[in-house]
Amino acid sequence: MFRQACFDEPLIFEMSREGKVGVLIKDDPMSAKTDVRKGGIAEIPSGVLRGKLNLPEVSQIEVVRHFTRLSQMNWGIDLGPYPLGSCTMKYNPRVNEDLAWLDEVQQIHPEQGLDSIQGALELLYRLDRMLSSITGMHKFTLQPAAGAQGELTGCLIMRKYHERKGDRRDEIIVPDSAHGTNPASAAMAGFKVVEVRTGEDGCIDLELLKGAVTNRTVGLMMTNPNTLGIFEKRVCEIAEVVHDAGGLMYYDGANLQGIIGRARPGDLGFDIVHLNLHKTFSTPHGGGGPGSGPVGVKEHLKDFLPVPTIIHKDGGYQLDWGKPESIGKIRGGYGSFPILVRAYAYLLSMGSEGLRLSCDIAVLNTNHFAKKVSGIKGFAIPFGGAFRKHEVVVSAEEMTKETGVTALDVAKALLDRGLHSPTIYFPLIVKEALMFEFTETETKESIDAYVEALREISERAYTDPGILRGAPTNASVGRLDEVLANHPRTMCLSYRMLSKRGKMQA
Amino acid sequence: MLKSHPYIPNASSALEEMLRDVGVSDVEELFKDLPKLPFEIKEIPKEPMDELSVEREVMGGLSKNVVFRNRCFVGGGPWFHHIPSVIKHIISRGEFLTSYTPYQAEVSQGVLQSLFEFQSMICELYDMEVANASMYDLPTSIGEATLLCSRVTGRRKVIIPSSLPRERKSVIANYTQPQGLLVKETPYSTEDGCLDQERLKGLMDSDVACVYAESPSYFGIVDEGIKAAVDAAHDFGALAVVGSDPLSLGVFKPPGEFGADIAVGDGQPLGISPGLGGNSLGIMACRDDPRIIRQMPGRIVGLTQTKDGTKRGFVLALSTREQHIRREKATSNICTNETLLALAATVYMSLMGRDGMVRVARTILGNTKYTIDKLKRAGLAAPVFRGTNFRDFAVSLKNVDEINKRLLKRRLVGGRDLSKDFPDLKGVGLFAVTEIHTREEIDVLVSALREIARGT
Repeated sequence: MFRQACFDEPLIFEMSREGKVGVLIKDDPMSAKTDVRKGGIAEIPSGVLRGKLNLPEVSQIEVVRHFTRLSQMNWGIDLGPYPLGSCTMKYNPRVNEDLAWLDEVQQIHPEQGLDSIQGALELLYRLDRMLSSITGMHKFTLQPAAGAQGELTGCLIMRKYHERKGDRRDEIIVPDSAHGTNPASAAMAGFKVVEVRTGEDGCIDLELLKGAVTNRTVGLMMTNPNTLGIFEKRVCEIAEVVHDAGGLMYYDGANLQGIIGRARPGDLGFDIVHLNLHKTFSTPHGGGGPGSGPVGVKEHLKDFLPVPTIIHKDGGYQLDWGKPESIGKIRGGYGSFPILVRAYAYLLSMGSEGLRLSCDIAVLNTNHFAKKVSGIKGFAIPFGGAFRKHEVVVSAEEMTKETGVTALDVAKALLDRGLHSPTIYFPLIVKEALMFEFTETETKESIDAYVEALREISERAYTDPGILRGAPTNASVGRLDEVLANHPRTMCLSYRMLSKRGKMQA
Repeated sequence: MLKSHPYIPNASSALEEMLRDVGVSDVEELFKDLPKLPFEIKEIPKEPMDELSVEREVMGGLSKNVVFRNRCFVGGGPWFHHIPSVIKHIISRGEFLTSYTPYQAEVSQGVLQSLFEFQSMICELYDMEVANASMYDLPTSIGEATLLCSRVTGRRKVIIPSSLPRERKSVIANYTQPQGLLVKETPYSTEDGCLDQERLKGLMDSDVACVYAESPSYFGIVDEGIKAAVDAAHDFGALAVVGSDPLSLGVFKPPGEFGADIAVGDGQPLGISPGLGGNSLGIMACRDDPRIIRQMPGRIVGLTQTKDGTKRGFVLALSTREQHIRREKATSNICTNETLLALAATVYMSLMGRDGMVRVARTILGNTKYTIDKLKRAGLAAPVFRGTNFRDFAVSLKNVDEINKRLLKRRLVGGRDLSKDFPDLKGVGLFAVTEIHTREEIDVLVSALREIARGT
């Protein structure tokens, strides 16, 4: 039986005792003699000197125990399956961690002279070539910090492309099944979002799309396989429609796992792609980052990529800043370098055959699960019987109607069984959605364990639904009060607010 | 055809059985809907490389990099600071490393509580009430802050210091231009490097949404005019955004004390190594003002309790601001952020405590002053600006590129050539010293510069 670790762990502020230190820091020989708070450092005007600073004072062992205990109250891939749909929570190989922690990765500076970072630049250059070759694109920028920033980069490239053509376009087409970041990124790039509805087969409705495309269309942002896990098989026709109207095709690479090694976005008609290295390319999600969202483009868009790009010239690697058409910088630095090292090592470990195998098994895992789960009472797989790719969306709508047990209840009940929940309530076009993505990482045994757990939950739902609404009971804490967390009067977002508003009960 | 791989358990033993269950004879049948467009992935080896060879290949390539660390004196960030050993051990724990955004709060209390503590410590350091967790880096924090100010005030002008490097200005432009915001620059005084307050006042009008000021500035100058800049913003109903280096706040007044509405910062100095500039962490905090809080970008963790009221717990709060719910009306598109590095910063601040933060700031300040004095005494034209410096300082040399080449021959990394971003600052290098540099190491830099200047 599963029981998550449960400590009554105080806030680190509540552990503070005056005079304790967590690490010895040498003091400046001159200023140590004087009290900085009284303006002891010569030549510093007292008007800019700080008064009190309330940070916790704790010893080293207390810090180590505190965060170790907190870690034990946290689910990770290392503990068990983590089938969040569209997040591609695959195993994070440890050899890549060791490589990312090398001094030659962590302890180098972008301004230390190109001659002394040739190893880094070579790796980045090769990674660009690898990603280009996987996706069928011409050139990549490795700069974007995450997938959503990759989307923004891609949108800014589209914006600049049309501007340079003297074309005033401001509408971007996004399917209703798209990730929330697509419309949000498009809006940040200043576009109006035109939504197209998903057809009964779970794919973009080509006729609706034709109606939506105009001479103001910037392009189409498309995820393929889409968030239902279905491959948009008319993608080449869709690309034709968009291109004929002068628009560009943008590929959201969040779901690349479903086709990696079997099809390339570039060959399918896409002009721009972003990838999520923390998804398809196995770099750790780290609780929510750092990630990496490289953006690749076809040749006709290469001049718009952010600066600098890495080039190979005269036997060495250089940074090319001289690109007048570039959109400029999208963030500081050249990209999440330690993440890029991990992805590079992953690609070597896989080889192109390994990538294809990862796709095959991820897809087989999905369909194995889909087949088994579709027979369970209360659950259904909407949008037809086509084989899914890397993910599948199960709807608990029938169960909710018949028993009152919701997708949220199912998710929490799974937690009680030592199984992390899938993504829930997404995509928005499926009611009571449970979106599963097992990736190639999961064993048959653990996928079958989900099927059994869902079967058992279904039985409970139809016999004793009250129990499920009380889940989870085996996690570190019971179900948490979201209303209290969000209500203006009880909202508490920092220790300061807590101190000001008085302790939470309990 | 590959039959097994250590990262793909079902490829071998379970394959046949699963194919049978699914009702297909071959995995190819699952991909019939893909267009037949043959291709070859040429840039990756076909076969998987064994672990030993991967190590050799990657390490072999990276060995061409040179690690300078405490022989590196380049300013403008990222910086080499001391990183307590505990940090790496904590953030390498699989429970943290291999988790994702805590959508299922009940099994993710570890990340949630850590981020709540991160927010709380950032609030203490910057003297604010609310912080998010987290932004990508400082440039994008500033970009997001300008958008936030525009949404809150309904205005379209943004004022930034002209002393920001080109890279930051470019990021800000990419965040502001699509929204039709107009960015104006306040010049810095060529004498002390601080914001020119008169020119700032001259730029103010009733369409200004945001005044951004920073101290220490990009040139490392501790600007005594932050309060005046904040007041100038407020006089015209604009919001004041103040940027500060987190380590400087052990000694210097925080943005909140100057009356800033929003504080931003670069979190890399908080226990995070430079990593070629790729280990970034953006800090963003604000006052306890519902108008601002509702417009904040990014994840924010809130304290709550279990529904039965028996236990304290943490959840992602105010999600209705975010892209997965609000889509094109979200306050930002940010989803994946820099969580693990925010955790590193949390562990760092926990270890340092109040005393450590004061000490490290004092040591950096002492080293900065020592270096500048030493350069002056060596007869080298230092520094360019008259004000007080923290860590970074601009030194007038003749030919920065040439001097840097000669420094590199002595295994030293010199200042950043500021003329690339600021044509007026010809021959000026931006240097930095931190607590990791000993007085002896600083002396080595100064003598090298002296010898190079003398042509020896």
